Amino acid sequence: MFSFIIRRVLLVIPTFLAIAFLTFVAIRLVPGDPVEARTGERGISPERLAHFRHELGLDQPVWKQFLDYLWQIAHGDFGTSISTQTPILTEFTTLFPATLELAICAMLFATILGIPAGVIAATRRGTYIDYTLMGAALTGFSMPIFWWGLLLILFFSVDLGWTPVSGRIDLLYYFEPVTGFMLIDSWLSSEEGAFASAVSHLILPTIVLGTIPLATIARMTRSAMLEILGEDYVRTARAKGLSPFRVVGIHALRNALIPVVTVIGLQVGALMAGAVLTEYIFSWPGIGSWLIESIQRRDYPVLQGGILLVSGIVIVINILVDLLYGVLNPRIRHAR
Amino acid sequence: MPVDRMPAERTAAAIVEPKAPPGPFASFFRDFSENRAALVGLILLGLLTFVAIFANFIAPYSPIEQFREFTRIPPAWVEGGNRAFLLGTDEIGRDMLSRLIFGARLSLFIGLSVVVASMAVGIVLGLVAAFAPGWPSIVIMRAMDVILSVPSLLLAIVIVAIIGPSLTNTIVAITVVYLPYYVRLVRASAMQEKTRDYVTAARVGGAGTLRIMFKTVLPNCMAPIIVQAALTISNAILEAAALGFLGLGAQPPSPEWGAMLASAREFLQSAPWIVTSPGVAILITVLSINLVGDGLRDALDPKMRRS
Repeated sequence: MFSFIIRRVLLVIPTFLAIAFLTFVAIRLVPGDPVEARTGERGISPERLAHFRHELGLDQPVWKQFLDYLWQIAHGDFGTSISTQTPILTEFTTLFPATLELAICAMLFATILGIPAGVIAATRRGTYIDYTLMGAALTGFSMPIFWWGLLLILFFSVDLGWTPVSGRIDLLYYFEPVTGFMLIDSWLSSEEGAFASAVSHLILPTIVLGTIPLATIARMTRSAMLEILGEDYVRTARAKGLSPFRVVGIHALRNALIPVVTVIGLQVGALMAGAVLTEYIFSWPGIGSWLIESIQRRDYPVLQGGILLVSGIVIVINILVDLLYGVLNPRIRHAR
Repeated sequence: MPVDRMPAERTAAAIVEPKAPPGPFASFFRDFSENRAALVGLILLGLLTFVAIFANFIAPYSPIEQFREFTRIPPAWVEGGNRAFLLGTDEIGRDMLSRLIFGARLSLFIGLSVVVASMAVGIVLGLVAAFAPGWPSIVIMRAMDVILSVPSLLLAIVIVAIIGPSLTNTIVAITVVYLPYYVRLVRASAMQEKTRDYVTAARVGGAGTLRIMFKTVLPNCMAPIIVQAALTISNAILEAAALGFLGLGAQPPSPEWGAMLASAREFLQSAPWIVTSPGVAILITVLSINLVGDGLRDALDPKMRRS
């Protein structure tokens, strides 16, 4: 098990270096000069230009620039945003909790509804309940979530006025962030109504971001359950006279969850991609909106650093999922 | 003089010569059409394809013609609607129905282009990775790991940000995003097939590596690839629409569905039909492709069968 972990972790290093290299190359392919981006379109004296080039390290050979870049990353310096002049890591750590909070809520929403839906569909296989649930799941799976978000806003925010349209909390409330998670911070602030406001801001984004994972989990759970329900040990459990609930809920579900857990883990990348759209629609101040804004402002260092950080997080989570899979499924662990 | 057969021989021949066993295509179609949902998907998809191909003849107006005196007309069945514009008009008086019809052409074109490109490149890279152990395989597979570790839409966004937003670049970006799935799939099934006896037999028979790769092994790896292709089309359409929605895909006045939604966003309250219909179009298209994809999977690959 230990060597498995080591091997898995060591394999990540070249991947991460390659991403760093590609983002490094990419930013040099983007049309437009970084010095010009900083100084504006007005003319600039050659001495000042040389000074800026030196300051940005652009007068060095390219391989040296790349090594310098890696050296900076190793020291936690992901560069500085052109538009705000704030270190990128600082911006990232300020905004990341918002994305994380949304992602966790969406995943909880998807798991809590998706697993029971899959189990019910599998145990009622071939009935109209099964068809309805799986039809809904396939529709959710096919949903353009940016449009789904607009529809929900149209119905719940505009027509019914139940939920707010954008942001994380009403502007009425202000308190110092403690954890960065609005739900926890608003709870801690003990301001009347702050927590309720944070919850109401979270509901629609959670549904929008959770829709595709929900559909995926429901479909996956159903097929895993169907496979397991045909196994001998499930028949044995039934023959022993155990209640259907025990057979399905304990004997079958525990084994069916192994592939489902992997699927949940693999949704992390998809979740980050979905977060870009969800945050954009709901003006949610997270990593997704930040990256889109960086493109609109041509703030390429932010895009470079942001992509590197996001990919790093996705890679780490994928390793954790792999390890968890090994823990859950001894067959995998011993096979290596 | 022709020798007449004995009557008994004739009957025997009639018995021995029944119709041939159903070919692979016939049995595939039988399995596929048993799945009613898949059949519905196929019919819908056929209709959409028809509309896309003959958009010039079906659409009542040009997708970019602006009827300035008819801006934001609601659909015909709503109060204030106009029979001349069945699904209403958008913020600058373009006929929604015509735009949706031409949009179908764009979306299906994007989906097909991405599939063809990523499948072709993916098959070649995957087979090379399977048949050339050592550095080619390592380089290809690590490169695919890199692509996979950047979330799909983000990767597409970055590529488009570098090469510039346009329809062609959207296709290029999404092709890159879906490449690793084919490479991994082809490599995994080719590795498995490679050890089978028939491949050894072909090799003993003197077949060259290229022939074994493409003629012997590849046809036996096609089933999962075809299923993946259906999934790719629907995902590619969704991602292209998402890029269009973010302003990074097809540019206005192109009637791409995602781009239509982007410009309609500010009229969410005053003219909701501008927002609803492109989304419905995307949903129906993607849903019908996914229905067909599920049916393909069930019919082609009994191991992956869902029920």
